[in-house]
Amino acid sequence: MLSILVRRIANIIPTLLAVIALVFLLFSVLPGSFISGMNEDGRSTIDPAVMERMRKEMGLDDPLPERFAKYVARTAVGDLGTSFRTREPVTSMIGARVWPSLKLVFAAMAFAICVGVTLGFVAALKPGSLVDTLSMVGAISGLSLSQFWFGLMLMYLFALQLKLLPSFGYGDGGLRHLILPAVALGVGPMALLARTTRAAVVEVLNADFVRTARSKGMSERLVVKWHVLRNALVLVVTIVGLQFGSLMGQAVVVEKLFAWPGVGSLLVDSVFQRDMPSVQGCILMIVLFFLVINTLVDLAYVVIDPRIRYR
Amino acid sequence: MTAPLLRVEDLRLALAGDRASHDAVEGVSFEIGRGEAFGLVGESGCGKSITALAVMGLLRAPLSLAGGRIVLDGQEIQDASAAEMRRLRGKRIGMIFQEPMTALNPLSPVGRQIAEMFVLHEGASWNEAMDRAEEALRQVHVPSPERRIRDFPHQLSGGMRQRVMIAMALACGPDLLIADEPTTALDVTVQAEIIDLMAELCSAKGTAILMISHDLGLVANMCRNVAVMYAGRIVERQPADAIFAHPRHPYTQGLVDSLPRLGERAKRGRQKLREIAGVVPSIAAYPSGCRFNPRCPAATDICRQVAPDLTALPAGGLVRCHHHG
Amino acid sequence: MRLKGGSSLWIGGGLVFIAIAAAVFAPVLALTDPVMGANLMNAEIPPGWEFPFGTDAQGRDIYSRILYGARVSLTVGIVSQLCNSLIGVSLGLTAGYWGGWWDDVVSGLTNLMLAIPSLVFALAIMAILGPGLVSLVVALGLTSWSYSCRIARAQVLSLKGQGYVQAARILGYSDLRIMFTQLLPNILGPLIVIATLGMGGAILSEAALSFLGLGIRPPFPSWGSMLSEARDQITTAPWLSVFPGLAIFFTVLGLNLLGDGLRDILDPQSTSRRA
Repeated sequence: MLSILVRRIANIIPTLLAVIALVFLLFSVLPGSFISGMNEDGRSTIDPAVMERMRKEMGLDDPLPERFAKYVARTAVGDLGTSFRTREPVTSMIGARVWPSLKLVFAAMAFAICVGVTLGFVAALKPGSLVDTLSMVGAISGLSLSQFWFGLMLMYLFALQLKLLPSFGYGDGGLRHLILPAVALGVGPMALLARTTRAAVVEVLNADFVRTARSKGMSERLVVKWHVLRNALVLVVTIVGLQFGSLMGQAVVVEKLFAWPGVGSLLVDSVFQRDMPSVQGCILMIVLFFLVINTLVDLAYVVIDPRIRYR
Repeated sequence: MTAPLLRVEDLRLALAGDRASHDAVEGVSFEIGRGEAFGLVGESGCGKSITALAVMGLLRAPLSLAGGRIVLDGQEIQDASAAEMRRLRGKRIGMIFQEPMTALNPLSPVGRQIAEMFVLHEGASWNEAMDRAEEALRQVHVPSPERRIRDFPHQLSGGMRQRVMIAMALACGPDLLIADEPTTALDVTVQAEIIDLMAELCSAKGTAILMISHDLGLVANMCRNVAVMYAGRIVERQPADAIFAHPRHPYTQGLVDSLPRLGERAKRGRQKLREIAGVVPSIAAYPSGCRFNPRCPAATDICRQVAPDLTALPAGGLVRCHHHG
Repeated sequence: MRLKGGSSLWIGGGLVFIAIAAAVFAPVLALTDPVMGANLMNAEIPPGWEFPFGTDAQGRDIYSRILYGARVSLTVGIVSQLCNSLIGVSLGLTAGYWGGWWDDVVSGLTNLMLAIPSLVFALAIMAILGPGLVSLVVALGLTSWSYSCRIARAQVLSLKGQGYVQAARILGYSDLRIMFTQLLPNILGPLIVIATLGMGGAILSEAALSFLGLGIRPPFPSWGSMLSEARDQITTAPWLSVFPGLAIFFTVLGLNLLGDGLRDILDPQSTSRRA
């Protein structure tokens, strides 16, 4: 178990380095630099002298490899630079945003898993039934929804019309503020999980070992509990892991919609303020989080599926 | 003579197709006495496996029981409720499947999968059941069962997995063991061990065996009586030794001829093993008359027009052929 | 259960057809000019006989703007997905066929793409390129090719050993000719399915980016930018948010259903595996 953990963590590092390089290249090399972008944009009127000082300060005139080396070295120790706008360290700006983001993403995924997996199971156990048809129509509809639009509709209905829940903001960080954004964000993965779970359970129900279980005189309920559940779970876990990626992409929009003080809304604000270090930092943070999640999913596999350990 | 353990009478199994329903199996009848080993032989697709599943009450759509009687120990079970069948399965009838890799749950330790039997049918606690599972593994000659009960199927060889299946099927001392091609997926060297093990355990416990195989040689060695199926019908039923010595149906003849036999080479000279030309017809396209007629070397007009009935042979046994003689 | 193969194909195809027709015939079907049709006399009229989907704060007809918005959404969806398919298939095909270091490079790239949520990546590119239709197509067209790449590669690996491919090689066909005449036609089915589903994804991403203000900028109508404008008026004029959202929903639903239906036909062995 420990050796697997170490190996998986070691696997993260090259990917993370590649992402750092990519982010660095995107923002430092491609269209000149963000500093020059500030003027072309016309929205920002920085004194040329100030700009010159900033260029110096950030070492933007140094040769590229040197800048990259410095960037990697700084990033490695958790220094993501200083925000152009607030002059605060980006690391602490992001640090303040991580917890709300985590809360939102995990709440959304928890919602998606609870509802999606349940629907998928019920649908698979009663194929062709009304429940099955309805949940699968619901699932494909959920996949086709724009999550932020769904959020907007939820906000209109539950916050503005029925006044059951707060319409936006983080509030005191309690559950009431979390519900609407989490449901809006979770509806996509929920729909996909419902479909995947159904397909997985149907496949497992047709497996030979399920026939064996029936030949032992087991009731359908026990067949499902003892033999189907765990096997279907392996397939479901894969999807959960993969879905975190798109979930975090969507979280950016949903956070913005609900004025949720997470990394995603910081990213969007920083893009508009052309705050390069903060943009880079947010993207790295999101990628790091995604990689960590995938590592955890890999470990979940090891726990669920004994075959993995011996591969 | 006492009542047989299992009597299958005029069994008819329907396969629902897109437009019409076809009879996948029809008119199948046989009896198995207590502790007797009975063989059901035929090429794949002839209906022998679904006959076994029908006895177990495990037919699933699109297959269904369309007629006939299945009598276990004097009790008709073809119309038994799901709950009644559950109490029979595992407890009274155990079953072994062809592919021991996929027939075992890959995510569950083998000991637990055996122990389930004791929990299900004998109300044992899990601890007690695990102890008995270990004992069951010992009985099927799995080395160091105390460690093996915690192993997962992928950690065992094919032969070991099939031993686990046997231990599981026999765990609650059933009256009948149905073995559906139990050795087909195994190495040749392991096949004999598994067959011997089944024979040994069943004779020790007085368990009857319904042995299903495409391998006439294997079945004939193990079973007292053998029925040969072709295209959903029984075409011949005889004691095992008789079927080898005097196969009456041309299909059985073909099966016997296709078996390699020691010491036969000299007699047959350079003649190669013979095979039966053609393939089993699909259920939707059974030929009229005798279903074997397109592949039969001795077919005549009557074979193509009239379906033969099972006729009793003077020396005992039954055959379904116009030209048996 | 997926809706039965046939019905999902037809319902999906029908919805997509309506969306395409709306985009193509927008000038004919529209009641007013989508941008210049502003008339403050008609501001914020709820849906009714005169304006079926209501009007916005500037008095522009929402129905007409949605028709024109279809042009943007579909263009972005189709063109960017074509880019993704082109990149993904070229990389996957060559990586699977040639193998070796090139395969390693492509696998590395694919893993990299999978590590960055594609919407975040697209957002970063939009941040650099600035808002606009072209940047949208570029941003979305460069960031979601990993799936078609993996499928193409996996399919090629399984086809490579087959007789007809080896025969073509023995006949001395060039690698490119083998790839495009022997392999590509045989893996087209699953790729078309992925492309159909991908278009839906691209339309959703376009809407999200435009909603954030990074895509199409007002006053030009795209469904996302309309939602972006409508958000502040959600209390006073909810219809401004409802109809563009429904347009997105039905178009993407159509593409998803169409993709499901096509999968049943073109990629039958995968129906039970992938949801």
